[in-house]
Amino acid sequence: MAEPRDVVFRGGGFHVQERRALPFVALIALLSVWELCSLAGVLPALFMPAPHAVLRALYELLMSGKLVSHLGASLGRILLGWILGASAGLSLGFAMGMFSVARALGMALTAALFPVPKIALLPLFILWFGIGEPAKVATIAFGVFFPTVVSTYAAVDHVPRNLIAMAQSFGVPARAIVWKVIVPGALPGVLAGFRISSSIALILVVAAEMIGAQVGIGAFVLTAGNLMQTDQLIAGVLVLSLLGLATSGLISALERRLLRWR
Amino acid sequence: MDVLLEDVGFAYGSLPVLEGVSFEIKHGETTALIGPSGCGKSTLLSLVGGMLAQQRGRIVSTGSAPSQCLNPFTFVFQDFALLPWRSVAGNVEFALEHHALTQRERAARVEEVLALCGLREFARAYPKQLSGGMRQRVGLARALAVRPALLLMDEPLSALDAQTRELLMDDLLGIWARERTTTLYVTHNLDEALRLADQIIVLSRRPGRVVRSLRPELPVRERSQQQHAAALRAWLDELWTSIRAEAQLADREVQRG
Repeated sequence: MAEPRDVVFRGGGFHVQERRALPFVALIALLSVWELCSLAGVLPALFMPAPHAVLRALYELLMSGKLVSHLGASLGRILLGWILGASAGLSLGFAMGMFSVARALGMALTAALFPVPKIALLPLFILWFGIGEPAKVATIAFGVFFPTVVSTYAAVDHVPRNLIAMAQSFGVPARAIVWKVIVPGALPGVLAGFRISSSIALILVVAAEMIGAQVGIGAFVLTAGNLMQTDQLIAGVLVLSLLGLATSGLISALERRLLRWR
Repeated sequence: MDVLLEDVGFAYGSLPVLEGVSFEIKHGETTALIGPSGCGKSTLLSLVGGMLAQQRGRIVSTGSAPSQCLNPFTFVFQDFALLPWRSVAGNVEFALEHHALTQRERAARVEEVLALCGLREFARAYPKQLSGGMRQRVGLARALAVRPALLLMDEPLSALDAQTRELLMDDLLGIWARERTTTLYVTHNLDEALRLADQIIVLSRRPGRVVRSLRPELPVRERSQQQHAAALRAWLDELWTSIRAEAQLADREVQRG
């Protein structure tokens, strides 16, 4: 009989674990390498200013009040455009999830218009609404509308049918089924859609402001680029990144509050 | 309240599922419906409960519903169908919210059925925090809260492990005896049918027809006693004989499909 051998463990790996500190370590390492390269002259300040120069530019922007005015203008456009686009998208998405006619019509509309790059429509919106705020807000609203429609429709469609059947079997009125079963059941998908649509709103506000605006983060970044003020340019990009993080954090907080049951 | 099914037939498009089904569900009794997979047991339950539109035959009820009955034909679902965003008490209350009850009446009914189903301590828990057996108790409590005239149970124990099933069967017998509930109970488990039902209806493979109706003489409460094991075994064999060939044919049909 052969020699006894220990059983070899083969079940390791494929277990992705959370490493909370690692992202911060990576960020600090990246910034350190960047700073060192700048100090050593490897990265020319004109093309890639050092992190400390970017932070100084950001601080000066904040102190001068320019940051508040640019950020305020952008946030106003994002908020208005997102509310308009998301409201319309939610309405159509819920209708598509619940009514056959709305689904047939909405699917055709979405398939035809969703792939169109929304910023390509800005000149058309400028013709329709003028060079002012409405064209920019319309671009954002239009861009937010379609992903909201798609995610809401999918979320409503994925509400377990057995829950609707259960409610019907207890004689719950249709309106109450919508509010007590379909809306809460679709909420996780709707919030996931908000995460995508808020990022799209951020992208579109910058693009719209680069085409036709005096004030706003997009306009600021474009001007800084034209004047070769790369420290200010990167400070503007940093603000956009922080704005994206804040939006994502806000939606995560909403999810934690509204989806505690998961 | 008694329920009478007369010559009930049903088809999904061109596919006949039920044909000429007739039997009576007597007040205060449990009628089990057994048969091979796809024989139309759940379809028949949905027809009786008004969740599918009748096509052929008649389903009529006679007699009056229990006092304070809010939903005469009430389902208990195989997959529990609990709202995951509501607590146990919230799920039970869901069935009452659209009825003209005061807050106090509603709370009293919730409290009463939670106690009846052994859920009082879990009133604030969410479904995901409960075991399968406890979830089904919530489904049962929700159904009992509306004081149904007929409880329609669609394989309520099939998603549970054997031990939990045993415990729940005992609990069901206790609750039915206390509430004098009339029940139509769909199951594929012959043991379960024999343990719980006053009357057992056997359906053939699709299209389902009644091929056998059995009314074991032994009172339901006594069937788990050891001295009746032989009698129970004989009924089980009898049921299995009437279902075996049909089940084999149905199995081949499913595999072909």
